[in-house]
Amino acid sequence: MKIVKNAVAGTLESSDIFIRVEPSEQLEIDIESVVKDQYYKAIYQAVDEVLKEFQVANGKFSINDRGALDCVIRARMETAVKRGGEC
Amino acid sequence: MNKLRETLREAIVEAGVKDGMTISFHHHLRNGDYVLNMVLEEIAALGIHDLTVNASSIFDVHEPIIEHLKNKVVTGLEVNYMGGKVGRAITEGIMEKPVIFRSHGGRAGDMENGSSKVDVAFIAAPCADDMGNLSGKYGPSACGSMGYAFSDAMYADKVVAVTDHLEAYPLADVSIPEGYVDMVVCVDKIGEASRIVSGTTRITKDPVGLRIAYLAAQVVKHSGYLKDGFSFQTGAGGASLAVAKYVEEMMEKEHIQGSFCMGGITGYLVSMMKKGLFKTILDVQCFDMEAIESIRDNANHQEISATRYASPQAKSCAVDSLDVVILGATQVDLDFNVNVHTDSQGYIMGGSGGHCDTAAGSKLSIVVAPLIRARLPLIVDEVLCKSTPGETVDVIVTQRGIAVNPKRTELKELLVKAGLPVKEIKELKEIAEAITGVPQQVKPEGRVVAKVLYRDGVEIDTIKSVK
Repeated sequence: MKIVKNAVAGTLESSDIFIRVEPSEQLEIDIESVVKDQYYKAIYQAVDEVLKEFQVANGKFSINDRGALDCVIRARMETAVKRGGEC
Repeated sequence: MNKLRETLREAIVEAGVKDGMTISFHHHLRNGDYVLNMVLEEIAALGIHDLTVNASSIFDVHEPIIEHLKNKVVTGLEVNYMGGKVGRAITEGIMEKPVIFRSHGGRAGDMENGSSKVDVAFIAAPCADDMGNLSGKYGPSACGSMGYAFSDAMYADKVVAVTDHLEAYPLADVSIPEGYVDMVVCVDKIGEASRIVSGTTRITKDPVGLRIAYLAAQVVKHSGYLKDGFSFQTGAGGASLAVAKYVEEMMEKEHIQGSFCMGGITGYLVSMMKKGLFKTILDVQCFDMEAIESIRDNANHQEISATRYASPQAKSCAVDSLDVVILGATQVDLDFNVNVHTDSQGYIMGGSGGHCDTAAGSKLSIVVAPLIRARLPLIVDEVLCKSTPGETVDVIVTQRGIAVNPKRTELKELLVKAGLPVKEIKELKEIAEAITGVPQQVKPEGRVVAKVLYRDGVEIDTIKSVK
């Protein structure tokens, strides 16, 4: 999928994650998290898996994690990609 | 004799506040307190430095103290609890000297045995007469009980009462009598009423919180302590109040006559007493307006000092007669040690208060907490700060199960027999980590920014700076 427009998914509630996606030539991923010290790797991995699954190679992803579980991160990522992208 | 002074400055000068001294404050005005900031501002203007502030608690409203720490007006801090704003600055290493943390009982005890000396106590008094008879029950800044201020009044060299509601001598209903008070200053306002008391504290609607509360109440029921004469302490948080609600229902159903409830008092506990479920309330601090009205109007609602509440130096104190206490935690480790001083990153955001006092004194101490908060598991290999030693913690209740301290074999059998979801604490940790993933260990390794003293005055742990 190609990111062609701005989109958001998720919320800033505790245990959720807020993802903003914008079109960009390159793939840029910026992750902020309240549990960065404990879970940065896991968050990055969940994000990366969704990007691979949907073959996303461009777009700027600004991610603000409030302690979401992996399944929540994947669901929010998938929504953000589908809202901002087209096949 | 005239004890009235026109200005705070006059009283500070006359009390002889000098470089290097220790001054003290109580926290009954909580997040609405003006007095600590007011006094420190005057002291800074007088050019005094190097003071130690012994405040029973520091709240976010006391953020201006950070400037005084930077300017070395204040170079020592001793508290029982510290809110997140000042806590963050401390954890980042703003002070050279480590903060001293005590418990509510420990602070009073250390003043009694002389190991904690106060030169000048500034006592915020919602109501006073001109000879220094003080009460927290009346006036526009009423806070109810003044329990934590008694030791300051009794053991400080000089005592300055700061009020905004002066009544003609003699005050009809006195908490701290004139014999302890050197001077009285009347200012415009000692606090912000809406921040002194919480609004009506409501029982949680969060299903996880309710599940935890339900299980905790089941533990109380099947522990064998819920019978005539039952005594009980719980906090003001939504989940703690939910425990009170379930306990109330059981007491009513089984016609159980309790003896006392204690601690920070809310309208909820007041209504339980009014229904006759408890004979009396022992109140060291009021949390809401209903509690303040009740301590003023109901003779069965007694004000108690921190000494009577929890001092290990006293010949006896009320926590020693307490059956059940409900407590919180930010972290619990496999040895049942509890952290209430720092968050999971190691930043100071709390303190023992009466946590370790009640855990030690009570027959049954129950820690209630969600197994996971914002992805972080409650149960860790080692707590970042040992606030309350595991030997004094009997049961951990989470929404996914109950862990019983291995020392309490009989209790464990009772709970298992009752069909409650009893698990090993290690199992609970594994359940959480199966959902969250195993967190990478965070351990601040900077210099020591705080020392935590147990209620007997002995150091139990230290807190290190983050980054």
